[in-house]
Amino acid sequence: MAEIIWGLATSHVPSIGAAMDHDKTEDEYWKPLFDGYGPARAWMAEHKPDVAIVVYNDHANALGLEMIPTFSIGTAERYNVADEGYGPRAVPNIEGDLDLSEHLLVNLVDEGFDMTALQELDVDHGCTVPLSVYTPDPGDAWPCRVVPMLVNVLQYPQPTAARCLALGEALGRAIRSYPKDIKVAVFGTGGMSHQLSGERAGLINEEFDRNFLEKIETDPESLAEISRGEYIEQAGSEGIEMIMWLIMRGALGDDITRIHDTYHVPASNTAAALALFATEAVNAADNELAAV
Amino acid sequence: MSTLTPVVEGAYVYDTKLSNQGRNLNRMCFSLKDAESREKFQVDEAAYCDAYNLTDEQKQAVLDRDWISMIEKGGASIFYIIKLAAIDRKSMQDLGGVFTGMTTEEFVAELRAGGRKFG
Repeated sequence: MAEIIWGLATSHVPSIGAAMDHDKTEDEYWKPLFDGYGPARAWMAEHKPDVAIVVYNDHANALGLEMIPTFSIGTAERYNVADEGYGPRAVPNIEGDLDLSEHLLVNLVDEGFDMTALQELDVDHGCTVPLSVYTPDPGDAWPCRVVPMLVNVLQYPQPTAARCLALGEALGRAIRSYPKDIKVAVFGTGGMSHQLSGERAGLINEEFDRNFLEKIETDPESLAEISRGEYIEQAGSEGIEMIMWLIMRGALGDDITRIHDTYHVPASNTAAALALFATEAVNAADNELAAV
Repeated sequence: MSTLTPVVEGAYVYDTKLSNQGRNLNRMCFSLKDAESREKFQVDEAAYCDAYNLTDEQKQAVLDRDWISMIEKGGASIFYIIKLAAIDRKSMQDLGGVFTGMTTEEFVAELRAGGRKFG
């Protein structure tokens, strides 16, 4: 059976990808952020999944606001890297996992989560930057297959935080019921506090972010109770992206261990964070190894 | 904005009403994800705007690169007009400066000092 080995929460700011693409990670501006990633990257490199479920939102690169699926899932064999206006990022295109996509789609719909199936999808920075956070130098191919899962956070009404947590729990059950023996990682992306337009552009709310970063492990239910209006008020119009972390969190289950986290201001206009959690499954496997 | 949409001071809560208002402007900006369209836009910006049936106000805002008007009067979403900014090689930080009445350098400095605090 499939098992979930870890969950990664990470910001997906486009300039984080650009810094990697243009060898700026050692610059004074970027170094603190990338230094903060170090321990998580080293641990993930020792615990490689076969498939990553990347929960993210499109930023007007694949979905054009003519149709706005609240929750959708990629059901394609491959996903090409989108041209976001500057030419596509020079990172590999993504290999999907059709069987797993179909399994997740059917199981989630059976549980009452009426996902939209995306038969074609170009993936933007929302998906590729988290993959780069995991694997900075992928070479010709990413080290795992990817199933993208998309959430509408651009246009009100976004799904509630509570619904995201519930979707994550259903996603966890769906992954664990997949009959193939594969290891799966779940990425929850976006955030932390930021507002891109309007008078409050440049907003950062470290207190809100720090609380979120703590409670995503210890008390996700309290984060699920926060209203959309409050997310926007406290964390900014785009800070509401953090609700996508709750999908990852829901999938991991109760028994998790925090491997590493880091928080840094700024990554361009955004507070950026990373938090990595191991599940019971990977802890048990590590203990077995240690015993041998 | 719809009466069903939460009101957050200092923030645009983008909803179906704004999305309808900005529909053509967003569509135009969305087209700029293709390199060919970007070239076509740059050859004759006004004609390109007309092809997407922009209102006079939206068109003027695009030609003047009046980012505030594109959003406040034109109903555009920030994620769409950033594609227009990309053509001018402008970043989200340049736009942040415009929205807050600062130079880009001042805006970047505020972020580096921990960001702007409200409430």
